[in-house]
Amino acid sequence: MAKIYLDYAATAPIRPEINKLVKSLLSQKFGNPSSIHSFGREVRELIDNARENLAKFLNCTSQEIIFTSGGTEANNLAIKGVVSGFKDKIDLPHIITTKIEHHSVLHVCQSLEKSRKTEVTYLDVDKNGLIDSSEVKKAIKPNTILISIMYANNEVGTIEPIRQIGKMIEKLNRRREQIIYFHTDAIQAGHYLKCDTKYLHVDLLTISGHKLGSLKGAGALFVKKNTPLAPQIIGGAHEYNLRAGTENTLGIITLGEAVKFANNIKEVKKIQKLRNYLEKKILKDIPSVEPNGHLIKRLPNITNLNFKYVEGESILLNLDLKGIAVSTGSACTSGSLEPSHVIMAMHECPKRAHGSIRFSLGWKTTKKNIDYVIKTLPKIIKRLRKISPFGKKEY
Amino acid sequence: MTELYSKKVMAHFKNPKNMGRIKNPSGVGVVGNPVCGDVAKYYIKVKSKLKKGKTVEYIDDVKVETLGCGAAIATSSMATELVKGKPVNDALKITNKAIAEALEGLPPVKMHCSILAEEGIKNAIEDYKKRKTKKAKAKTATKN
Repeated sequence: MAKIYLDYAATAPIRPEINKLVKSLLSQKFGNPSSIHSFGREVRELIDNARENLAKFLNCTSQEIIFTSGGTEANNLAIKGVVSGFKDKIDLPHIITTKIEHHSVLHVCQSLEKSRKTEVTYLDVDKNGLIDSSEVKKAIKPNTILISIMYANNEVGTIEPIRQIGKMIEKLNRRREQIIYFHTDAIQAGHYLKCDTKYLHVDLLTISGHKLGSLKGAGALFVKKNTPLAPQIIGGAHEYNLRAGTENTLGIITLGEAVKFANNIKEVKKIQKLRNYLEKKILKDIPSVEPNGHLIKRLPNITNLNFKYVEGESILLNLDLKGIAVSTGSACTSGSLEPSHVIMAMHECPKRAHGSIRFSLGWKTTKKNIDYVIKTLPKIIKRLRKISPFGKKEY
Repeated sequence: MTELYSKKVMAHFKNPKNMGRIKNPSGVGVVGNPVCGDVAKYYIKVKSKLKKGKTVEYIDDVKVETLGCGAAIATSSMATELVKGKPVNDALKITNKAIAEALEGLPPVKMHCSILAEEGIKNAIEDYKKRKTKKAKAKTATKN
């Protein structure tokens, strides 16, 4: 049976270059980078190189990069770290974020709010999932210390105006007593969009290794010099005293390698072409399908489609039976039985979330893969709609 | 590989039984869970037969239309299988537990699907009973 992976937004297959690197590291480089002897020093050098690669990618200094266990930890560190970094300086710090953030931002904000230590504003998005930068400006209060907005959404791919918001905040900060720090979660954007932190005007930026075709368990947080940040994991001087614990050497070294493949115009264009082909064919061949997300300001590898009158999990299961891996915003697969908070924020319609499927392509996707999906999917939708109590008149 | 669902659930999901509508049904039952988004519409055709000198009403045919996840489709399929051909009073005794057991179990988070299936069958039978009383009343009204 065909095995077609279209869930790159969840994780990407390991790149062959990374695979090769891992094998050589596993057999030889086991030292603890904190050790003074040669075993440690040779690994320290590799980690330093990885940090430099990442610094180049983010256009920052090596000292501004904190390696973490992944994107979730980096997002936790950014938000909790800045809030506790402000401790004693401000009574009730205020955070602005959006309703469509990943749970590693949303749940952190909610937990801070619950502990009554922090005030949080969750901004609405329009029906395309876009944030209005003037709404961000309006939400700013004298006690605002942090704004956290994702670079590109993980479910629908909508790209937020980070540079525009970053410049606006920078301008406001010149006149403000209380400086506002700006964080962006670039986990999904990393592979496809420019992550130059100076261009984006951000103070904190999150990146994850495995979305780039590297190993799971490693990510990084860019923290601009002079940003108040309190470590959340303590017990060692690692990562400039901001994240204790023996480094995930394999994860970090391969992350440093994987960023070299990010923003490759040729690859990005190829993926975008395949995504457009897939989307166009589905919209043409299957009636009553609506795309979710912004059609232009969108990551080149994601298409999120709503199939009316059917439920996402049943589509996903049927595709899985045919060897095709996708993802859904349906409540049924979430375990919590809550429909996708992203699509709910965009449409306030659970039905829309329940019938939505996310196809996310990547470096390994071929036209043959897409042709197989295009051949397989219409039959599945037709069959499911046949047993559905809705939408009969349209057939 | 760990499976999401039991073999039986997958069999019913891949090849659901009794899907569709019944023309001029004796009763219809609609159930839905607005949070999780599953909706099912059950149709029953009730007939009577003589058994040991007594008239017994039984479910001659049952059909269902389902919008929902794998478990929703499988439970509605199994529920119709369990009540098809059964006396109406026996069909009313159907439980969500029996449906889930017949499917070799459901993941805990999906148990509500079996509750929906139970309610769907019961609603259709109640609808049938209501229609019957209404008809009987209409008959006596015309007689008088």
